[in-house]
Amino acid sequence: MNNTLLSAHDLTVRFGGVLAVNRVSFEVKQGEVFTLIGPNGAGKTTVFNLISRIYTPTSGHLSFLGHRLSDVPAHAVASMGIARTFQNIELFEHATVLQNLLIGRHVHNRTGFWQQMLFSPAVRQAEKNTRHKVEEVIDFLELQHYRDTLVAGLPYGVRKVVELARALCTEPKLLLLDEPSSGLNVEETADMAFWIQDIQKDLGITVLMVEHDMSLVSKVSDRVLAMNQGEVLAMGVPAQVQSDPAVIEAYLGGGFDATALRRQTGAPA
Amino acid sequence: MRFIFKTSYTQDIDLAKHSGHVWAYSALVLLMCAAPWLVEEYWLAQITFVLIYGIVGLGLMVLAGFTGLFSIGHAAFMGVGAYVAAVLSAHGVAFPLVILVAAGLSALVGAIVGLPALRVKGIYLGIATLSFGFIVEEGLARWESVTGGNAGMHVKAMTFMDWKVDSADKFYAVCLVLAVISTLAVLNVLRSPTGRAFVAIRDSEISAQSMGIHLAYYKTLSFMLSAALAGVGGALYAFKMQFISPDQFGILQSVDLLLMIVVGGLGSVHGAFLGSIFLITMPQLITLGKDWLPPAIGQAPGLQSVVYGLVLIAFVMFEPLGLYGRWLKVRTWFELFPFYRKGMFKRQKSFQKSDRLK
Repeated sequence: MNNTLLSAHDLTVRFGGVLAVNRVSFEVKQGEVFTLIGPNGAGKTTVFNLISRIYTPTSGHLSFLGHRLSDVPAHAVASMGIARTFQNIELFEHATVLQNLLIGRHVHNRTGFWQQMLFSPAVRQAEKNTRHKVEEVIDFLELQHYRDTLVAGLPYGVRKVVELARALCTEPKLLLLDEPSSGLNVEETADMAFWIQDIQKDLGITVLMVEHDMSLVSKVSDRVLAMNQGEVLAMGVPAQVQSDPAVIEAYLGGGFDATALRRQTGAPA
Repeated sequence: MRFIFKTSYTQDIDLAKHSGHVWAYSALVLLMCAAPWLVEEYWLAQITFVLIYGIVGLGLMVLAGFTGLFSIGHAAFMGVGAYVAAVLSAHGVAFPLVILVAAGLSALVGAIVGLPALRVKGIYLGIATLSFGFIVEEGLARWESVTGGNAGMHVKAMTFMDWKVDSADKFYAVCLVLAVISTLAVLNVLRSPTGRAFVAIRDSEISAQSMGIHLAYYKTLSFMLSAALAGVGGALYAFKMQFISPDQFGILQSVDLLLMIVVGGLGSVHGAFLGSIFLITMPQLITLGKDWLPPAIGQAPGLQSVVYGLVLIAFVMFEPLGLYGRWLKVRTWFELFPFYRKGMFKRQKSFQKSDRLK
């Protein structure tokens, strides 16, 4: 195996008559920050949902560390080392931050139901270790202040961080971030950029994210893939993709025929 | 006001969060142990029923309060437990084994009923469990060779070797021990990864799944645990009543069980027992109240149903967290006196309700 962590081959999803993702192929390398960009409805989140097995591809396949993802059930994706956050935040609202993060350690649970019912010393020790790991993440993302607060009472920006923390608690190899900066103010977005860099450099976790904020994208990403209407427009380093005429056209709209432009510039369709 | 300084992770893991808990619950256990000497036989019987319904309530609380799956046919699991107890004790089986078999068989039935729960949600699950309740009630009525049909069955007293549980005091002791064991078991499950998985499923299935929680496994497990507890409660109910018939485990009983946990407080272990106290004492209070009311109301048939209905509506409207929620508020009022604010327990509107994928 080379250093490819996740690869997509001709990924296609069709919802009835809508072609949400059309023959998308890409490779995410170990240790990089790979970003999907594109206008609304481009199919970025659909690609995420394919990776986390919420949807199954109509054709094509995804492979993660040599395993075909379509062969594993949805709940097993997390234990393979893929964690994700959601665009609209899917936290457990009526639980504290700490309880949310403890659930993130679920894939590392090795004790059985009967042991837990009796709360044997092994379970007690496992709970202590779980808590220790969670505290490391709390320290990493500076959430100490919110540890015992109910998620329902937290401001939006903090919830975003809590969701990131919960994903980190699973100790993933690949972290999927669905619009980490949406709903955040400028300062919080800058913090998010630092954290994504720290996650990549200090924790060595590969990040695949969907993002609209181009300043954040160009600051943290190693490579960018631009999509529109379910198809790949361009792929490469941020500056290169940003200056790609097909990408500019997709974002700003053009007075001329898009497919003609693609032919002209030789961008992959 | 009590301030807890946390110096070790075990403080968050232990069941007793501070010395006050140790004192209060030790006192409660001592009081419960002394009850046969403190109260008359009639009230002891009522407390016994509180314990029995408390065990069943714990089961339903795990399912509805902690996993978010509502069962409107839970009395059926009680029925399974009760008939197991009746049939086995007629053959002279020792009661610990009877209780275990009742729990085991109910859990098995729970696993089967849990299967539709993997596919349907909310109101549809309610309908599925409701019809399951009817099927079991009808099954018990028709399987005459074993259950005696609608004529019902007599239940022999509990025996274990030479020891016969023939007095109210002895039976109370058995119920108390089982109630304590059930409560501790449920508390242990809830503070371990399994319990967290239940709560995760209740709050957001999509998110639970992406955290690696096997939805089908944990939903089935919750159904089984819940049914097992209902089975234990049902077996004790049978021994207490000494006579059982299918109509005791019908829709009315199921609704009573739901009423019990909603009034007690969904999502709290205390709520199961508080609700059970409510369910047992309410008829007594209504009977007492009858004498004070004008005869046109007091003697009207169906008074109890009306009162139950009103109480349920009142709780849903004014105290969705039930009796336990009310207790929390009262306690906080005393702890913070005189600084309690009215809006303290008001839930903030969630900032942005996420559009669930499923």
